[in-house]
Amino acid sequence: MSGEKDLDQLKREAVEKAKAAALAKRQAKAAGEVPGSPKQEDKPAEQALVQDEKPAETAQEQQIQPAQPAETPALAEDGDDLAKKKAAAVAKAKAAAAAKRKAMDLAGGTAPAEETQAPATPAEEAETAGATDDAKAKAAAAAKAKAAAAAKAKAAAAAKAKAGGTDSADASDDDKAKAKAAAVAKAKAAAAAKAKAAGKPGDTAVAETVPAQVSPNQPFLDKYRKVIEENLGSDVLEDSYINKLSKDVPTLVAKKDTYFKLAQFLKYNELLGFDYLSELHGTDFVTHMEVYVHLFSYKNRQSVALKVKIDRDEPTIESLQPIWAGANWPECEAYDLLGIKFTGHPNLHRILLGEDWVGHPLRKDYEPYDVEV
Amino acid sequence: MIRTEEMLLNVGPQHPSTHGVFRLVVKIDGEIITEATPVIGYLHRGTEKIAEDLQYTQIIPYTDRMDYLSAMTNNYVICHAVETMMGIQVPERADFLRVIAMELGRVASHLVAWGTYILDLGATSPFIYAFRDREMIINMLNELSGARLTFNYMRVGGVKWDAPEGWVDTVKEFIPYMREQLKGYHDLVSGNEIFLDRVKGVGIYSKEEAINYSLSGPNLRSTGVKWDLRKDEPYSIYDRFDFNVVTREEGDCLARYYVRLEEIEESLKILEQACDQFPAEGEIMAKVPKIIKPPKGEAFVRIEGPRGEIGCYISSDGKKEPYRLKFRRPSFYNLQILPKLLIGQNIANLVAILGAVDIVLGEVDG
Repeated sequence: MSGEKDLDQLKREAVEKAKAAALAKRQAKAAGEVPGSPKQEDKPAEQALVQDEKPAETAQEQQIQPAQPAETPALAEDGDDLAKKKAAAVAKAKAAAAAKRKAMDLAGGTAPAEETQAPATPAEEAETAGATDDAKAKAAAAAKAKAAAAAKAKAAAAAKAKAGGTDSADASDDDKAKAKAAAVAKAKAAAAAKAKAAGKPGDTAVAETVPAQVSPNQPFLDKYRKVIEENLGSDVLEDSYINKLSKDVPTLVAKKDTYFKLAQFLKYNELLGFDYLSELHGTDFVTHMEVYVHLFSYKNRQSVALKVKIDRDEPTIESLQPIWAGANWPECEAYDLLGIKFTGHPNLHRILLGEDWVGHPLRKDYEPYDVEV
Repeated sequence: MIRTEEMLLNVGPQHPSTHGVFRLVVKIDGEIITEATPVIGYLHRGTEKIAEDLQYTQIIPYTDRMDYLSAMTNNYVICHAVETMMGIQVPERADFLRVIAMELGRVASHLVAWGTYILDLGATSPFIYAFRDREMIINMLNELSGARLTFNYMRVGGVKWDAPEGWVDTVKEFIPYMREQLKGYHDLVSGNEIFLDRVKGVGIYSKEEAINYSLSGPNLRSTGVKWDLRKDEPYSIYDRFDFNVVTREEGDCLARYYVRLEEIEESLKILEQACDQFPAEGEIMAKVPKIIKPPKGEAFVRIEGPRGEIGCYISSDGKKEPYRLKFRRPSFYNLQILPKLLIGQNIANLVAILGAVDIVLGEVDG
């Protein structure tokens, strides 16, 4: 009896210890850099894409704002099609070209050709340095140094730089030509992506009708958004975008309090009919927890990813088990490994590790604990 | 009137019919099952946790140990996920080698499923036949990868080893042999009356139930859902081959038995075409960076394994290790429906129903 009590106490102590350690760690991390959700930082870019439908417009807009060239690569990086790398190369080249032009405007001279690929930051340096020839030389040197540092990245993108290359070559002429070239390069990248996507049967027809810039799954996302907005109101979704990295899957981010309602709607609405839960799991992003659900509709042969962000210290969310019976064990697994509590789950238990396990291993603050050690 | 008494029966974790370390706590009333509680986790090795400290290439050997009866498909799913994120184009020859390896793996896996299933039901010799033929496949894969079961064969961007001289011809020769054997299997078991009595109309579920319970693979197709990721969301070079998606309408154990056997036939079709079209030469690795760093973001891909959908989710923060790696393990999902299937069944049907789900415990526990 007393032995059992001791064990219990030990466990409790261990839990407290682990919690304290976690807190300390988090604070330390908060003080330093937070390795937060990779997705979060991409948000503005995604939203930007949604607003800019036409490729030419996007290109133009990016031309208009060369004052913040540092932002352009970020914008283009996720805002582009499947051929993300290609797009990134284009964006880089563009930013570099803009930087070069700025430097040239200020210095009033021509710069060597290698500079065209230099990242944005040297441009700002050049700007502040002044308009003298000396400054120009300095800027060129800085740009070159940066270019050398970025040489590795460039080498990786070398194959894809073709588009970017032509772009930057034209760019030095004037704004209009540059915008045109950018548009052409973008269209090329988009066409390549489209050609790739067209390989999928069923998507072919759709791919042909949508504008070149847009992902083949964009119409589906638009449809989901429209149906959801019409039936559930406009503030159900926190975000929605096409995940380029994940075979262009339309991704919906639900708000915590609308998650269950949305899931239910996704299954039972006859236009959506996502009857199959393919995958459910959680991830600890340190700043928050996230539940990722991959749904599929056998009727419409379409996928959708549903995500929800939840509080990390009190990770509680409604269970999807009443909607899809298949969510039963995956939710148990998420509870076991991450400590996410699913309310309304019929039998939430530690499915893999056993009830006497201390802590949740896939949490980033997990400390292994063994009574005997 | 006979008075029955409720009894708690513990099956496993060490029991041959559970195909590994799987425990089932069964409540029986007389001979009728009133409740069944699966207990899993005996083989949980924390692959996903370990993977968070490993580079992508280092994770591949761990995937071998999940579904150890068909490790090639597991190898493929993680490579495919990383390639999808990085936009890597795999060379044609590597794609062919991958497809041949995966389809051989599928045949081997279905052979084990078939042999052990019949063994569970009480017949010994089919098991020996199945393992004899499987051994030939394992020898071929051994020649290709240097390992019999845990191949560690695929890499991000291609495969590790090229096929040895004459290897494709060995595979080619195996195809007609296996076809002949399949006929023998049907002669031996499929029409057997005792066998039919044990499996026909047993463990039935409907199409809707199968979808609701997230079943996939032969377990789903046995209810008439015509869905195969190789056909419907083609990955690798599966869109180049002509094959059928095998379905059955009944949704019982016999339907699952037939789907598996006929899938062997379809796999042989794919193998035949792949061997004929096999490029005479070419690269087996794409140009990939020395250190693989997928871009920031997340991706979820799914492929058709012998047991159903194998999925791989990667959340990357741009580093060489995954921030979070998750495998959708088909056996784990397929097993969920078991308690529901068992309720009201005769205890003798337990083994027949469990065997027809075809689980691999390494995959259930992850």
